Amino acid sequence: MIDEKSPADVSALVGLLGDLRQRVDGLEARLDSEVADIREQLPADRAAIVMFSGDLDKVLAGFIIATGAATMGLETSIFFTFWGLTALKRKRVLEGKNLMERMMAMMTPESSKGLDPSKMAYFGAGAVMLRQMMKTKDVASLEDMVELAKEMGVRFVACEMSMDVMGVRREELREDADLGGVATFLGEAVNSKLALFI
Amino acid sequence: MTIQESKVLDAQGLKCPMPIVKAKKEIDALEPGQVLKVIATDKGSVLDFQGWAKTNKVAELVGQETESAPDGTERYLHFLRRK
Repeated sequence: MIDEKSPADVSALVGLLGDLRQRVDGLEARLDSEVADIREQLPADRAAIVMFSGDLDKVLAGFIIATGAATMGLETSIFFTFWGLTALKRKRVLEGKNLMERMMAMMTPESSKGLDPSKMAYFGAGAVMLRQMMKTKDVASLEDMVELAKEMGVRFVACEMSMDVMGVRREELREDADLGGVATFLGEAVNSKLALFI
Repeated sequence: MTIQESKVLDAQGLKCPMPIVKAKKEIDALEPGQVLKVIATDKGSVLDFQGWAKTNKVAELVGQETESAPDGTERYLHFLRRK
């Protein structure tokens, strides 16, 4: 036998369904926004590296990690600050600099080719030895690594404040480097899977 | 193990990080499901490709082998499948 319902029962059921639907919609919207919130807090596939050092060996290590990270699909940025800026230098400019800035320019290498290792620098002999040994062992040179990093999509950011302090001009650096500050680094680093200070 | 590769990358003589850098470039050019065979002489590449595959979104490591070359040196083979 079919259970007969009165019109009043049917309309009560329809009303109930409408209420349920509203509640489900509300829950779905809440779920979406909460999932979005949680996603925002999860580390993204990014790597952020601060290159503070201007030591040949440390800069090289930084670039090897950066290119490696890029090959693993991490969106990688390197922030060059203080001595690390030399890795981005392509020439030395003296015009328009004051005495201190000119002294600083003369006392720091004019490009990555002039970097000394952190140990056994021996007035340049250490760098020659290290580069020669790397060449013999078929390890890519620092300059090759820089180009490779760029090719792999690694972003270069030069710290404007340290450029200012050290008197480094924009035209002394690679053209493909962006200028930024601490917030540029932090903005990337807080949600990165990897953040390093070298 | 028989894995049919679609492409072979000769990474012999290359040092870290070049084998993974070159492999990444080759993998990107493959179709999903195709396999890249990497031939390396760098012993570190064995662990390197394992680590690389762990977080990789475009490739998975489907096999690794070591073979002795006629000159007595070891060659490390890595099979990577494009996801």
